[in-house]
Amino acid sequence: MVSSRSSASPHPYIPATGADRARMLERIGVPDVGALFADLPAAMRDPAIDLPPALPEPDLIALMEEHAGANASPSRPDFLGAGAYRRSIPSITGYLIGRSEFATSYTAYQPEISQGTLQAAFEYQSVVCELTGMDVSNAGLYDVASSTAEACLLAARVTKRRTVALLEPIHPGTAEVVRTYAHGAGLGVDAISSPEEIGDEHACLVAQQPDFLGTIADLEPLAEAAHAVGALFVAVADPFALGLLRPPGDAGADIVTGEGRDLAGPPNYGGPSLGLFAARTKYLRQMPGRIVGRTRELADGNGGGEERTGYVLTLQAREQFIRRERATSNVSTAQALIAVAFTITVQALGPSGMRESAVLCYQRAHDAASRIAALPGYETPDRGPWFQEFLVRGPVPAADLAARLAARGIGAGLDVSARPEPEARDALLFAVTEATPDAHVDALIGALAEIGGEA
Amino acid sequence: MRDPGPGVADFGARLSFDRGEPGRRAVDVPSWAAEETPLPDDHLLRDSVRLPELSQGGLVRYYTAMSARNFGIDSGTYPLGSCTMKYNPKVNDTVANLPGLARAHPQAPAEDIQGTLRIQLELALGLGELTGLPNVSFAPAAGAHGELAGVFMVARALEDRGEIETRRRILVPDSAHGTNPATAAMAGFKVTQIPTGADGSLDRATIERELDETVAAVMVTAPNTLGLWENGIEEVAGLIHDAGGYLYGDGANFNAIMGRVRFGDLGFDVVHLNLHKSFSTPHGGGGPGSGPVLCSEELAPYLPTPVVEEGDDGLVRLVAPERSIGRLQQFQGNAAVLIRAYAYMRALGLEGLRAASGQAVLNANYVRALLHGHYDLPYDRPVLHEVVFSGSRQRRELGVRTYDIAKRLIDHGFHPPTVYFPLIVEEALMIEPTESEPPEAIEALVDALISVAEEAESDPDTLHHAPWTAPIGRLDEATAARRPVLRWQEDST
Ligand SMILES: Cc1ncc(COP(=O)(O)O)c(C=O)c1O
Repeated sequence: MVSSRSSASPHPYIPATGADRARMLERIGVPDVGALFADLPAAMRDPAIDLPPALPEPDLIALMEEHAGANASPSRPDFLGAGAYRRSIPSITGYLIGRSEFATSYTAYQPEISQGTLQAAFEYQSVVCELTGMDVSNAGLYDVASSTAEACLLAARVTKRRTVALLEPIHPGTAEVVRTYAHGAGLGVDAISSPEEIGDEHACLVAQQPDFLGTIADLEPLAEAAHAVGALFVAVADPFALGLLRPPGDAGADIVTGEGRDLAGPPNYGGPSLGLFAARTKYLRQMPGRIVGRTRELADGNGGGEERTGYVLTLQAREQFIRRERATSNVSTAQALIAVAFTITVQALGPSGMRESAVLCYQRAHDAASRIAALPGYETPDRGPWFQEFLVRGPVPAADLAARLAARGIGAGLDVSARPEPEARDALLFAVTEATPDAHVDALIGALAEIGGEA
Repeated sequence: MRDPGPGVADFGARLSFDRGEPGRRAVDVPSWAAEETPLPDDHLLRDSVRLPELSQGGLVRYYTAMSARNFGIDSGTYPLGSCTMKYNPKVNDTVANLPGLARAHPQAPAEDIQGTLRIQLELALGLGELTGLPNVSFAPAAGAHGELAGVFMVARALEDRGEIETRRRILVPDSAHGTNPATAAMAGFKVTQIPTGADGSLDRATIERELDETVAAVMVTAPNTLGLWENGIEEVAGLIHDAGGYLYGDGANFNAIMGRVRFGDLGFDVVHLNLHKSFSTPHGGGGPGSGPVLCSEELAPYLPTPVVEEGDDGLVRLVAPERSIGRLQQFQGNAAVLIRAYAYMRALGLEGLRAASGQAVLNANYVRALLHGHYDLPYDRPVLHEVVFSGSRQRRELGVRTYDIAKRLIDHGFHPPTVYFPLIVEEALMIEPTESEPPEAIEALVDALISVAEEAESDPDTLHHAPWTAPIGRLDEATAARRPVLRWQEDST
């Protein structure tokens, strides 16, 4: 960087001028701004701090473009999934959440001037209930993993049991977050590989749909197994796949969590994300996070007796700012804007688009998998019906295969060769979605064939 | 025209579901032209999903109408205390949306993600410099998540010291944000409330009495929620350490002290910052935020996974600290928010950040000076980033609540201040102008507050029914909670 801001001029983000400051200081009755900090311990005030110099906007953009250029090219073929999937996001989604009335507002403490945020959250709750087949949804939590951890805490509260069961294969990040929260709350976590291992010590059974290795689960027997021992059944479902798959609520789930980020925009290196959390009505007052309700204007308000429909934050007696240490959760700021983006994408797709894109995703992925399986030296180990992710075992060890693909400008699937499932031995986990261009699949097939030829 | 616009008729009565027509669609989905794989068995699939069917233009118009019924920082002055509603620079959005950054996949191997990781590393270094606590994790998604990280870290450290069974209490001031006690409880601790003294700082005598071998930590918001400095906090830190406890800092109000004093120098062991507040990232109607947790060398091994580190090979990597409390999110935090915060730090530099904290404090004191006498001021001291007035006189003498005052302020074109928080101030009006309001906006805000105070005397009924000019009037919150309607239903209109 050659230039830096001239520190003599006022900063564009701070409107007060030197003359303004002089006038304000005089009104307050102090000689200078420093005097306003007189309460800070004198010996520690204004310490030496080493920060890079301020940049004017064009230089800032140039610097950030340089950083962006140090990442792998965003347009290269890439087959990573494992919890984050590249989706076709309609242009209107990013455009609409860019409206600063949405983006630069905060929590709707004043509903009269926050109807946009509130009504959009109500739309979100409605869409989540429809997709998951549940009765009620909150307005969204941080991400799928912390949502699932909150579901486990809820299950422990209502069952008064001290251990939760996670059915493998579950995303390792989700499992780890559940362990973090459970440890803090003094709960045990059992990783189980079959629903038969669940017992009456378990507050809930948690299962992922599709599972971490991409397989579609039959949720109903899992729900039955959980209910047979008096445990709750928590389904961790991909909301995009729910355009095609049976809603977990239909199969007997008590709580459904999920990750909404993929339908909200680009992966953004994993965040902001969006934790879905929907439940049966009987758990409503135990739910974490904000909930928006529909109501009417007060009859003695100023609506001329029309009593128009409006939206408010409701059931707040659960929340930290009222209940403090007895709240259902400490969550305050969550991911409201991402929830709006998620809702717009789902509503733009609509009932036919949700199903058509899920089917397109399924077809594209299966086509890619069968082309790979047809290559000499490759197999795609079978774990039953699957959605968008599949295992690939090649003629060379998994890490080597990934490295050889990288050398050809292709991002391989995640290396899952260290996992305990026999099908994952020596395998990479590839994701192909509705948004994967044909040319990328062709490039992958070509590269794999070449690598097969070398081996 | 079938769709009423914003503020017209009963806009809220009709949701997207009520606005569509069967057969309309907003986007096309290409069909699969090659060979078809049979779908899984029917019992694994759904029949249909109930969603609205709108045209693209119809959907855009509906959400645009909704947005027009919202108030953001770009709409006007938003002096919501404790929330630091400062201007959100647009260049931050521009750079966060660069495809190389936005399209980065969270499972990408380190060598493919050096740009993103270098941004995080430089932000970590900058925040370490600014707080004096050089060990950082960006895993927490918001302030309360950062608190959870910090309290879990304290618990793990106590486990390693063999004192987790005995140190079961966390002391929390009565002025604290609700997330502080809620967090302590989520981590299994008992909360002991510490009263605020007459000077607005923690009551020292109570602290000294309560500090013993059952105390795990003291959670202190600095500056506190009255907008005041915690006098003698560096001495309190010493007392806490002597008693074997940790000092947790809620750094939500960091905007007041950026570049002027450092948590580490004061003796704080672990703090969280709210980058969506101090570092100007858009609040999004309630997120996304980012609540990085920063700590001393002693607690660094317990930081949440991951932390960002530069290797001897020059490669920046995400690693798990040795005794980490574990992950708090599936991936590595709200990366796109971190990019915005980094862009803010680079646009301001140290001089700019000091100018921001200085102006934020000057602006709050300007509000205090101009509004003095018109409302009660229970803690009548020079303030830092915010000032907490009280409407208790209006309540007592005129039957007008702070609630009414806030609603009437909407008619003057302002977002109301935070009300009824902190809990220790009756009828609280918590005003945080931030550095990005010019003096004329502050003068207009104060004029409006004064005119509302006058109106409370001359015409209280106008306040009781305010706002008069908002897209909608006061809503029936009691019925909303008693008979909850929480989603669209076919017959819900
Ligand atoms: C003083 C204080 N502490 C903690 C928080 C919690 O932060 P967040 O809402 O990001 O979780 C807030 C704001 O909500 C706050 O004002």
